[in-house]
Amino acid sequence: MESFFITISIILGLFVLLCLYRVVFGPGLFNRLVGASVIGTKTLTLLLLIGFIYRRPDMFIDISLVYALLNFIVTIAAAKYFQRKGAF
Amino acid sequence: MEILAILLICAGLFFYLTGTIGLLRLPDFYARMHATGKSDTLGTLLSLIGLAMYTGLSLTSIKILFIAIFVFLTSPTATHAILRAAFDSKVPPWTKDGKPLREGKGKGI
Repeated sequence: MESFFITISIILGLFVLLCLYRVVFGPGLFNRLVGASVIGTKTLTLLLLIGFIYRRPDMFIDISLVYALLNFIVTIAAAKYFQRKGAF
Repeated sequence: MEILAILLICAGLFFYLTGTIGLLRLPDFYARMHATGKSDTLGTLLSLIGLAMYTGLSLTSIKILFIAIFVFLTSPTATHAILRAAFDSKVPPWTKDGKPLREGKGKGI
């Protein structure tokens, strides 16, 4: 079962690298914001998988919970900050 | 129970793949939001339920289910906030012939 978790984690890391293209080269500000939000959601699952690989999910689950809260707050704050005309 | 968990995690990974391809390939900001906003929520939900099912009934699985409920509430809210900010900032939508939708009258684009 551990090899399955390692395989899923590697595939998920590949998806994060693919999403990083939109963050680096995306035209405008909001494309980068969407890419960052998507990477945050994928990282949340990746942290839980790392916890299951190391056989200590009770420690990594708190990190994942804090990461979910931070991702939501960062997205809401950036969207409210850039909500004006001609920001992109 | 393990087979069901593997199936759920693989289904979540499939939805992650769909969202990533949509984020890379679609032509417009709004179309990219349309692709990622839904498939990422469903992928996270399926993956976390699969992990909780693999753990069995304990404090860890209850915490994982709470994270799933939290993501189910907040991910569409974040998508809506980004989309509303982009719409108020007048990001132009993609059209087939490259012309804008309507010329600047009213509040919309």
